Amino acid sequence: MAHATTHEHDVIIIGGGGAGLRASIAIAEENPDFSVACVSKVYPMRSHTVTAEGGAAAKIKPNDSLEDHIYDTISGADWLADQDAVEYFVHEAPTEMIQLEHWGCPWSREPDGSVAVRPFGGMKIERTWFAADKTGFHMLHSLFQTTLKYGNIVRYDEHFATRLLIDGNGRCRGCAAIELRTGSVRAILGKAVIICTGGAGRVFPFTTNGSIKTGDGMAMAYRAGVALKDMEFIQYHPTGLPGTGILITEASRGEGGILVNKDGYRYLQDYELGEALDVNDPRHPQKRAMELGPRDRLSQCFIKEKWAGRTIETKDGHVVHLDLRHLGEAKIDKKIPFVRELSRNYAGIDPVYKPIPVRPVVHYVMGGIDVDSNSATSVPGLYAAGECACVSINGANRLGSNSLTELLVFGAQAGRHAARFAMDNPDYDVSELEAQAEDEGARIRRAWFDTSRKQGERIVTLRTELHDAMEGGAGIYRNADSLQSACETVADLRERYRNVTLDDHTNSFNTELTAALELGSLIDVAESMAHSAIERTESRGSHQRLDHTERNDDDFLAHSMAYHQPDGSPPRIEYKPVTITKWPPGARTYGAGSGLKGEDR
Amino acid sequence: MSTELTMTLEVFRYHPETDSEPRFQAYEVPYDEDWVVLDALNWIKDHVDGSLTHRWSCRMGVCGSCGMMVNGDPKLTCAVFLKDYYPRPIKVEPLVNFPVERDLVVSLDGFMDKLEAVKPYIIRGDVNDTSGGEYLQSPAELAQYKQYSMCINCMLCYAACPVAGHEDEFLGPAALALGHRYNKDSRDQGQAERLDVMLVGEAIWGCTFVGECTVVCPKHVDPAGAIQQAKAVGAQEFFKRFVAPKGAGV
Repeated sequence: MAHATTHEHDVIIIGGGGAGLRASIAIAEENPDFSVACVSKVYPMRSHTVTAEGGAAAKIKPNDSLEDHIYDTISGADWLADQDAVEYFVHEAPTEMIQLEHWGCPWSREPDGSVAVRPFGGMKIERTWFAADKTGFHMLHSLFQTTLKYGNIVRYDEHFATRLLIDGNGRCRGCAAIELRTGSVRAILGKAVIICTGGAGRVFPFTTNGSIKTGDGMAMAYRAGVALKDMEFIQYHPTGLPGTGILITEASRGEGGILVNKDGYRYLQDYELGEALDVNDPRHPQKRAMELGPRDRLSQCFIKEKWAGRTIETKDGHVVHLDLRHLGEAKIDKKIPFVRELSRNYAGIDPVYKPIPVRPVVHYVMGGIDVDSNSATSVPGLYAAGECACVSINGANRLGSNSLTELLVFGAQAGRHAARFAMDNPDYDVSELEAQAEDEGARIRRAWFDTSRKQGERIVTLRTELHDAMEGGAGIYRNADSLQSACETVADLRERYRNVTLDDHTNSFNTELTAALELGSLIDVAESMAHSAIERTESRGSHQRLDHTERNDDDFLAHSMAYHQPDGSPPRIEYKPVTITKWPPGARTYGAGSGLKGEDR
Repeated sequence: MSTELTMTLEVFRYHPETDSEPRFQAYEVPYDEDWVVLDALNWIKDHVDGSLTHRWSCRMGVCGSCGMMVNGDPKLTCAVFLKDYYPRPIKVEPLVNFPVERDLVVSLDGFMDKLEAVKPYIIRGDVNDTSGGEYLQSPAELAQYKQYSMCINCMLCYAACPVAGHEDEFLGPAALALGHRYNKDSRDQGQAERLDVMLVGEAIWGCTFVGECTVVCPKHVDPAGAIQQAKAVGAQEFFKRFVAPKGAGV
């Protein structure tokens, strides 16, 4: 590790995915005199936004309403979303989506040239914009390419941020980051910082998330004293390919695909999700019903079918079938071509002729870095947006196609607020921050490059145990015993992490070092998940307790707040009330006639 | 593992801090018919040799990180299976035509500069205003550029191109296809600005239409077609600008 070098900008953005790029553009456009640093451990176009398939929700059509989008989101969230944040999100969504259209995103179109929309799970009406079934890919590349217009966005590609730098006044003023090419630790300083590092699906073994989704930003904020909020809420997407965990988009059901068990029976009708209309019925697929129910419910139904012995056993575990055959080749190729490509390449199935084997797969973390409705954390000058943040609009269960829109709405908002903070708080002491970065470089050297240490455990050993503990203990259904066991394993891994040793003690592009640092992030994030889950003795949305099966609004209409303990003891869990504006908690119903607002029911 | 099937990966190794020149290292890996080449590389890194260095993320063929030479052909290693090669050994090397940083990791510096050079963003004369709603674009207009927007920047086409390797001025298949994508977008008015870049020297004219870029593209983008179309537009423009400039009274 070479010594720290210092780089100064106005705002520092950690993460170059959808949220980070949108934040970068917001600042660069509105503050042409500002210099914006975009720090990412990969090149921006490799960011995980790239894999999102189905679409992005925003009211654009005259038959839709903002009210309906708000209600769908709040009820989908099982009333754990903050309603002021949801209202802001839904109101801003159309403008942000049109903006991205103006920036060149190749949205699929209606014959009249307007943007096309498709139905999505838990949404009362079709409002999901899409670019065939590579929506995230097109959004990410459109955003990235648009950033190239701005001379004041400075990219730090392949820089792995390891620590937030906080000045003597408690304000966040940058990060320490390893430049992968050289291994040197840089101090990247600015007047405000936004974390946009995405999710942490890699805490689990079976996930749609790419290898980079290790919760580094969440862990950095957690260590800096910011609470991780609602971390017990982890989304299992109901349709992943067995073996690889590759996502088969919900759009396949939005276009009319059906889920059947080993008997060819549409089992969702047995779980209060409505009536199984014939696939040729013009009302199929029915919104907010059956295959277009919310993801948490559908994944839970799978487990119940499995318990009842009605799933299909394969060498990669139990599956059900996603049947698209009735859609026909032309529609599949036009609307969901990537589904066909992925199924053929990775499952050896052509969905035109055969049903696709699928099973629930960890997809998204509803929780994240606690931010207020201005995307600000409790540390002045530190903001967060995208999956790493928890505003919360997603509550206990995110609706499909809200997260891509969230990147835009809150990426832009975080950018504007961080820029304002930077203008109002311009002065900091460079030398104290440089000293912190120097310390960080020395800490990393001591922890990982000490060749006199005896051979310890390998990264993969701990990572595998973490995976087993979290899948076994904190999966779709949990109870006190399973969660206690997960908490204990995570605590044990935290101890043993100190004894992990590396084969590689060189500087240039040391990806074994970054894997070790990522493992540290995973352990921190897993700790917050397991402890938040054991404390929440109710069932809500994606958090289902076999020992506390009912929702309990009296005690738990509240966000969990996990605080890291520097001494290594378990996190302190506190609660913060949910903001309710106009939609008091109600029964969460799906099937025919669902989706009526509280006062209409 | 003695009773299990195995196969051999011969992996290109080079470390700038310790190696004066590249070498190959053979690793025996478990054979699993569901494994892609990337799975085998990850297994080596996890279990045998933590110093083996390669890039990857999505392992579903869309992030563009894991392009390498597999038995001499540019491939996404997340999309080629061990079973396609078994039981013969597989040789894995970094993408050719790029400087090697370490092992299987190549430098993207030149590639990123070329992407940026073609101004890959919407350029318009009017003020950006979202209040009027979306720009209308018919499905037919979308189809004009859609396939050229599918590039994942995996750079396999540069590894396949006989010109990209030795002609620095040549912008290369992916960058030219991207410039062409925006030129063909009905919402864009920036073609003239882009042609300023594309028509200079060997930037586009370097292409000798070998067409290997299109053959290796994992996303069926057809950069060769894009380059031929762009050259045709460029030839007209070249004529207008330099042979028969405005006012010359053709």
